[in-house]
Amino acid sequence: MQVQVNGEMLQVQDGITLTGLVEQLELGEKRIAIELNLEIIPRSQHEETILKESDRVEIVHAIGGG
Amino acid sequence: MSLENDPLIIAGQSFNSRLLIGTGKYKDLEETRLAIEASGAEIVTVAVRRTNIGQNADEPNLLDVISPEKYTILPNTAGCFNAEDAVRTCKLARELMDGHDLVKLEVLGDQKTLYPNVVETIKAADVLVRDGFKVMVYTSDDPIVAKELEDLGCVSIMPLGSMIGSGLGILNPHNINVIMEDCKVPVLVDAGVGTASEAAVAMEMGCEAVLMNSAIAGAQNPILMASAMKKAIEAGREAYLAGRMPRKKYASASSPMEGTIVGK
Repeated sequence: MQVQVNGEMLQVQDGITLTGLVEQLELGEKRIAIELNLEIIPRSQHEETILKESDRVEIVHAIGGG
Repeated sequence: MSLENDPLIIAGQSFNSRLLIGTGKYKDLEETRLAIEASGAEIVTVAVRRTNIGQNADEPNLLDVISPEKYTILPNTAGCFNAEDAVRTCKLARELMDGHDLVKLEVLGDQKTLYPNVVETIKAADVLVRDGFKVMVYTSDDPIVAKELEDLGCVSIMPLGSMIGSGLGILNPHNINVIMEDCKVPVLVDAGVGTASEAAVAMEMGCEAVLMNSAIAGAQNPILMASAMKKAIEAGREAYLAGRMPRKKYASASSPMEGTIVGK
């Protein structure tokens, strides 16, 4: 199925969890935060959160800024 | 009074340094780290951005270099042009920082001026304060807007000295003075300072602190400028606490006139 991640369409396995997505993107050990369809999904719920077709995911991190 | 017993207090938390610095525009993370160290800053701003998908998987993370255990990280909403995006960014930042809820709210008007959109800023501040955020807010140097933001519950009011990244200094010190007169929460100058003397001017005026990024990152030698800013902030604060001499219209000799060999 396809989901939208950071504005781009991405092919993922049916039934993938947020943890699975983070692993697929190799973002594993990084300090990130995830929003799913405009709702924050706390880190503690990544493993149990299953994505659906056309879900919109935002994954962010901290970068330099003033 | 000395600087030892003169902490900056923001949302109940004490800080020794009155210089807050941004982490943008540096050559690399090492330069960022060295500049922060040289500045003595304890509060450091960061931006919240999408991670790169499928590229630079091994890229070092800013928060590995600027540890949240060592510094108070102040996520900003830079790049947001409406209240909704700013609120979303703050919520992501709070999750990113494991519940730490101090944020720098900035809702911008346009790319050319990066001037705050105060209508959207006020909307966002209202939502964020109700949601439990501690909001340090970037705003124009309009005293009425500043007061409005304080009344909404912002923990610090941060008027611009001049446009972000312009290095033009404090263009309307009179307005900053009026804001300080009316606000009970700390007033910080955010944006506009270009060099050390301008940071000192802000502090001599009685600002509680200064937040800057470009003045350090954009200097020929950012690490040396970070050190200069640290001294300027301290000097300006001491001068403010000391209370400057009154300005006089004419000269007043420093050496006594009696006992000179001049005359008879």
